[in-house]
Amino acid sequence: MTTEFQDGWELVVGLEVHVELTTRTKMWCGCATTFGDEPNTNVCEVCTGQPGALPVVNERAIHDATLLGLALNGSVAATCWFHRKNYFYPDLAKNYQISQYDVPLIADGYLDVEVPGPDGDVETRRIRIERLHMEEDTGKSLHVGDTGRLHGADRSLIDYNRCGIPLLEIVSRPDIHDPETAQAYLRELQAIVRTVGVSDARMEEGSIRCDANVSVRRPGEELGTRTEIKNLNSVRSLGRAVRYEAKRQIAVLEDGGEIVMQTRHWDESKGVTETLRVKESVTDYRYFPDPDLVAVVSPADKVEAIRSELPELPAATRARLAEAGVAAEQASTIVASELGCWFDDAVAAGADPGAVANWLTGDIAGQLSAAGRSMHDSGLTGAHVAELIGLIEDGTLSTNLAKQVVEGMIEERGAKGPAQIAEERGLQQVSDEGELRAIVEQVVADNAGTVEDIRGGNQKAIGALVGQVMKATKGQADPRKTNELLREAIGT
Amino acid sequence: MSLSADEVRHVARLARLALSDDEVTDLAPQLSGILGYAEQVGEVAAEDVTPTVHPFAPQDVTRPDDPRPSLPREDILASAPEVEQDRFAVPRIVAEEG
Amino acid sequence: MVPEGVSLTGLSAAQLAAKLAAEEVSSREAVDAHLDRIAATDGGTPDGDVWAAPPADELGPDHVHAFLRVTAQAARDHADDIDRRRVAGEELGPLAGVPLALKDVLTMRGAPTTCGSKMLDGWIPPYDATVTELLREADIVVLGKTNMDEFAMGSSTENSAFGDTRNPWDLDRVPGGSSGGSAAAVAALQAPLSIGTDTGGSIRQPAALTGLVGAKPTYGTVSRRGLVAFASSLDQAGPFARTVEDAARLQTVIQRHDPRDSTSVTDRPPDLLEHLHDGVDGLRIGVVRELQGEGYEPGVEQTFQVALERFAALGAEIVEVSLPHAPYGLPAYYLIAPSECSSNLARFDGVRYGNRVDAPTAEEMNAATRAAGFGPEVKRRIMIGTHALSSGYYDAYYLQASKVRTLIAQDFRAAFETADVLVSPTSPSVAFGLATKTADPIAMYLNDVATVPASLAGIPALSLPAGLAEAPDAPGSALPVGLQVMAPLLRDDLMYRAAWAFEQDLDFAPLPTGPRAVGGAA
Repeated sequence: MTTEFQDGWELVVGLEVHVELTTRTKMWCGCATTFGDEPNTNVCEVCTGQPGALPVVNERAIHDATLLGLALNGSVAATCWFHRKNYFYPDLAKNYQISQYDVPLIADGYLDVEVPGPDGDVETRRIRIERLHMEEDTGKSLHVGDTGRLHGADRSLIDYNRCGIPLLEIVSRPDIHDPETAQAYLRELQAIVRTVGVSDARMEEGSIRCDANVSVRRPGEELGTRTEIKNLNSVRSLGRAVRYEAKRQIAVLEDGGEIVMQTRHWDESKGVTETLRVKESVTDYRYFPDPDLVAVVSPADKVEAIRSELPELPAATRARLAEAGVAAEQASTIVASELGCWFDDAVAAGADPGAVANWLTGDIAGQLSAAGRSMHDSGLTGAHVAELIGLIEDGTLSTNLAKQVVEGMIEERGAKGPAQIAEERGLQQVSDEGELRAIVEQVVADNAGTVEDIRGGNQKAIGALVGQVMKATKGQADPRKTNELLREAIGT
Repeated sequence: MSLSADEVRHVARLARLALSDDEVTDLAPQLSGILGYAEQVGEVAAEDVTPTVHPFAPQDVTRPDDPRPSLPREDILASAPEVEQDRFAVPRIVAEEG
Repeated sequence: MVPEGVSLTGLSAAQLAAKLAAEEVSSREAVDAHLDRIAATDGGTPDGDVWAAPPADELGPDHVHAFLRVTAQAARDHADDIDRRRVAGEELGPLAGVPLALKDVLTMRGAPTTCGSKMLDGWIPPYDATVTELLREADIVVLGKTNMDEFAMGSSTENSAFGDTRNPWDLDRVPGGSSGGSAAAVAALQAPLSIGTDTGGSIRQPAALTGLVGAKPTYGTVSRRGLVAFASSLDQAGPFARTVEDAARLQTVIQRHDPRDSTSVTDRPPDLLEHLHDGVDGLRIGVVRELQGEGYEPGVEQTFQVALERFAALGAEIVEVSLPHAPYGLPAYYLIAPSECSSNLARFDGVRYGNRVDAPTAEEMNAATRAAGFGPEVKRRIMIGTHALSSGYYDAYYLQASKVRTLIAQDFRAAFETADVLVSPTSPSVAFGLATKTADPIAMYLNDVATVPASLAGIPALSLPAGLAEAPDAPGSALPVGLQVMAPLLRDDLMYRAAWAFEQDLDFAPLPTGPRAVGGAA
């Protein structure tokens, strides 16, 4: 595998991903974690850092973090601690963040991601994960002033609703050498986080956030000086930003310049990274064990009990689908869009896996998307999908009619099944031979010129007559039957 | 251990304390004296000793993930030096976070 | 012992509780008598329903200044409510209706908590400390909040932003610290009970200097929730009283497992009162070799030796034990406690509560607020702790001190194999003059030399009066000397049992005497 990025330069990327766990309460106190509530309504003495307040660990957060760590093939520390990371910032109520330092909850995991190889096939790349550690989120600052951004604001207003929400930091090793792999890693991580159900992993709401450490070097040389890119709000931004930053660094180096260790901000509209601040020296966070908290202990039996809760992970689902005859790309889509249970239900109801995948990722997905909805709030079930496919196979519905039935099911929000909708809306194919034959004969009589053409050997022209029949039946004619009757009438 | 005035200023920055020049002048010898005294701990051979964080503490203390009522917002904001739009107001922030 | 007295303020808590239970006096009468005593001796001025302490420069020479704030009306209302419920036949706790003074480092809804600092100006805590909740549940009446060294850092109560507290035995001397206000209040008969907090000796040393019983319970047995943290791994609230039994009763009220404090232990010591009177016959009392001798005043040494003879006469077996690492306790303490404090006190930044000094940027506002709000000793400790945790120094300072801590705990475990309890002088000196040690931080820190080892190990320790001794700077003076009793983890009962036997034998009168003692003793 070549890791060259451009002109003999190798790109080296490590990702730090923060996942907000969807526990009901915060990490250290019983305040709710609801997103978007009125400012400073989900707060108490603990999460606003009132003097004398003490933290107590949320049991669920440790459980969920462990579950995700196991899904990422990590090992769970038998005993670990919380440390204080000391720095001043107004959105950090205690002016220290409770985090983990020398012993994280989870260490040494990995994630296998699939990326398109040079020959168009799919390559699997293993990205090692150094650690997953528990920490707490900060509050949110609203910058008030001319620009609405931090720079140029004349004051900031702090809301501590988010302060103390459990956060899991997932640090990869610098095993990523191209933007596509970075994107695939983030996408796969999102899929796993959702599958194990520990977070909704919505980048737009900030419930999953990604920073990228980027450097370039000549292959075989020591790691180059890295920059850290922040404000990556989508998988797309990640890819663009990494590509931009790599090219920027290569240009600087080829120009005889040096890379300065710094934090850079990705500007999505300009498509560039910009200096946020230069790290003069490593920030001195003065980590030390938090004396308000005690050791978290994970004995082997507890870890195994949590492991037994692991659902089928995306990679396994994709493999299973592929084995059942689903095309690789469709399998990926089914997993990424979390359509696995509809697929399984439809197949269990007797439908052909390939057909199910086609409909789920094709027309159903398209129509739902156009209607601004998702499968999850559509009311459609796997049984509906199986029934639909059955109606096509027994000739009751043509593909076109089936699409109209889907439209009807979406309108009815799944309250009525495909057969009922086809019935009520008169969408069954006209396969009654007498009725169809009359229409065919009329079409043949009305299109003498075309009929002559066909008889003269232009077999393709029959398509025009099929179209006429379809028009006359409002699309409800069985195409195969129509073809058959036309040939009979024309006599070819 | 003797702390110079510059080292005192560096520590004060970390501790976010705006010390006057007089305070720096006074603190340098005081802190040096205290650290000199405290450095006696280095006389103890303790390479293989496990450090103690808690003198006597239980392990694995957690609470169930059950919501409890938050405090009324007015109670939390009552003691704030400056409030705007139901938020804690501070002058413009210069540094970036963590 | 407290004589059966003419005045309610001279009674022990147990004596007062008995009179309350017998309905010979009402809680309201008891509260009013103590409020009168505060008014007469403390220098407070009525201000609506509270008595606020006067500005530091207006303190009279005869004022004790134990209280920062007396919540008089709230106390009267609470007492009236208890009296009503008693008359109605409701079952009340053993100390119901007894007044108490609360150190101003524990939160209590509806009243400011200042921690002796300007930093918290205007902060009304939105919640009660667990200790405060338990006191209320026991129907103990809180009279008000007492003075202290700023954020509990100090050994003389001279580091309060609101003026010194004076020793009721000699108003020109310090009461010790940091819980000097809580000690002085009980010694001056302003309350029969008070709550202090002890991080490196902040209950035991003032108890010693004011002739009281003061106990630091086993770490983790009293909830720290609502105790504004100085050094989380060391802080522990505990009782002050004029008798051992009163202290044991008050400790019994406040020691309870608290699921809201992660370091709260689920175990309790055996009942503190059940075997209180069992005596010391056959008990092995260990004398700690390293906690005596050089640095201890002759009067203190001599009183301590007499105390050992008394124990022996009571049938105890006196054994010598060694805590080889104890001499490193104080240096370790003065790295660990400041390290924790540098982080614990970071939250005082002018954003969410308390004082703010305006400045153009948030960073400057934080730094200016902290510079103006903290006093010199707090700044020193924040600086020491910040340095001790910083890159390049952590291993030699914080980490090495934490290892020494392990060794000291091991030393105690070994010593408790040959002795049931350990004893030492509580403080190397009797009460010293105001402003005599403030210029030399290390001289002040040496006050804690005998109390810090037990703090580092988390074991229970108390101080009780061992007698009176002459201060080196005042020939002919007679000031209290404290005897420290230390016991294994969760054996607070043994510590109280040894102390009670000694107290009965000594028959010390905890009533301040002397030419500069607080006036009008009950």
